[in-house]
Amino acid sequence: MRAVITVVGKDTVGILAKVSTKCASYNVNVNEVSQTVLQEMFCMIMVCDISNISIDFGTFSDEMAKLGEEQGLSIHAMHEDIFNSMHKI
Amino acid sequence: MIDTRDILETITMIQDENLDIRTVTMGISLLDCIDSNIDVACDKVYNKIVKTAKDLVPVCEQIEKELGIPIINKRISVTPIAIIASACKDENPVKFAITLEKAAREVGVNFIGGYSALVQKGFAGADRRLIESIPEALSVTDHVCSSVNIGSTKAGINMDAVATMGHIVKKTAEITADRDCIGAAKLVVFCNAPEDNPFMAGAFLGVGEPDVVINVGVSGPGVVRAALAKSSGLDLTGVAELIKRTAFKITRMGQLVAREASKRLGVPFGIVDLSLAPTPAVGDSVAHILEEIGLEKCGACGTTAALAMLNDAVKKGGVMASSKVGGLSGAFIPVTEDAGMIDAATCGALTIEKLEAMTAVCSVGLDMINIPGDTPPEVISAIIADEAAIGMINSKTTAVRVIPAIGKKVGDELSFGGLLGGGPVMKVNTYSPFKFISRGGQIPAPIQSLKN
Repeated sequence: MRAVITVVGKDTVGILAKVSTKCASYNVNVNEVSQTVLQEMFCMIMVCDISNISIDFGTFSDEMAKLGEEQGLSIHAMHEDIFNSMHKI
Repeated sequence: MIDTRDILETITMIQDENLDIRTVTMGISLLDCIDSNIDVACDKVYNKIVKTAKDLVPVCEQIEKELGIPIINKRISVTPIAIIASACKDENPVKFAITLEKAAREVGVNFIGGYSALVQKGFAGADRRLIESIPEALSVTDHVCSSVNIGSTKAGINMDAVATMGHIVKKTAEITADRDCIGAAKLVVFCNAPEDNPFMAGAFLGVGEPDVVINVGVSGPGVVRAALAKSSGLDLTGVAELIKRTAFKITRMGQLVAREASKRLGVPFGIVDLSLAPTPAVGDSVAHILEEIGLEKCGACGTTAALAMLNDAVKKGGVMASSKVGGLSGAFIPVTEDAGMIDAATCGALTIEKLEAMTAVCSVGLDMINIPGDTPPEVISAIIADEAAIGMINSKTTAVRVIPAIGKKVGDELSFGGLLGGGPVMKVNTYSPFKFISRGGQIPAPIQSLKN
């Protein structure tokens, strides 16, 4: 099972570290990262393996949103099914 | 790897363009709750609903969090109560409405539909009793929705029922006049009512349906409008293609949520309703799609043609995206629930006559329209008859949900709040159809060939 985490916001030091530390603390393995910085706006997409996640995914998603609020970023953790079903036949 | 652009597109749709699942509706058959003792029957109804739907809201909330897509409403539809109440001779069916309200509160759903009667060809059992009790039932409950099917392509139109419903709609508004006549906003009069509709106020579970079933209604006018706004220079072939592609994506969300909800609740998946259901929120309006296509205001000449294309394209895109499709499927045009429609009605661009024409080419009918409080019952009946005739002749669902604004006149406003919104009182043609409606009887079923 995989999830997609998207992070959008003003570029600051250590965004990647903070998000991936949070992932590691819940046993979520980061598989792929793609990031761009457009005019100081930071945009990162992480594809993660959540097969061995240590908490309920819904709670994980809340935790990520909370981390986003603390850092002034918009962070969403969503199951990959939503992207696959919308964009693949 | 999933394409980055696709990921961002999905997130933009949800965050900025109001993409959501409008409703997950659990259909529950109450046929096994029939009892000649109304108190026993009510107990059975309460127990069955609470037992069957206890996990509906928590499971939907879990799916919302995991997939990151909002599910706005969780609802229940039940077997038409007139059928269940038929065994309880001479009892007031309102007891069932109170029971449904109690069960809805217990499981935490937003609405429960099915305080309904199907009388397209005549009255049987508790049909008359139930219809007479609708004003009281809707005034003593908050979550219960009611519908009456008065016509069909196969049966024709029951004009006795049409005449009665004019009075019932009026009385329902009067009895809830202290709450902006909200009772009438929870009552819909159908022709060709679908048995698997997940949308309120018209949802009920037909007798041909399974014991329990999950039906899902999607939304997404904002997404369609945004897609059109981002494109430029398309001719109408291109516009139809773009709407189709967008509807496909929207409906895929509905299919995914329906499948997940069905799996987690252990209940069969019924249908996805391919709908463009607006909300009063800015940017979530069907009228604004029509304006984006190129009309100065919704209601202008050309509105019917634009809506016909929109409605057809939504179905074409949606059908491909879902394994089972049903319900009302199409674009909705509820006036008070659509910011663009409210504007158009307020400035006079949109009239009831134009709305009636629009209902010939889109889903449902004259929906959420405030009319003057002094509109006579026979005029309401005649509005219902006109709308039912469009449905009957064109083999489609049509419906009337008008709200007589008691004590108010054209230009005044009613406000219901929430998804029901609010809007101006619209002008109604006041020439009298009294003699026509008083005749009663049945408009015979129409011929199905020689279509001209």
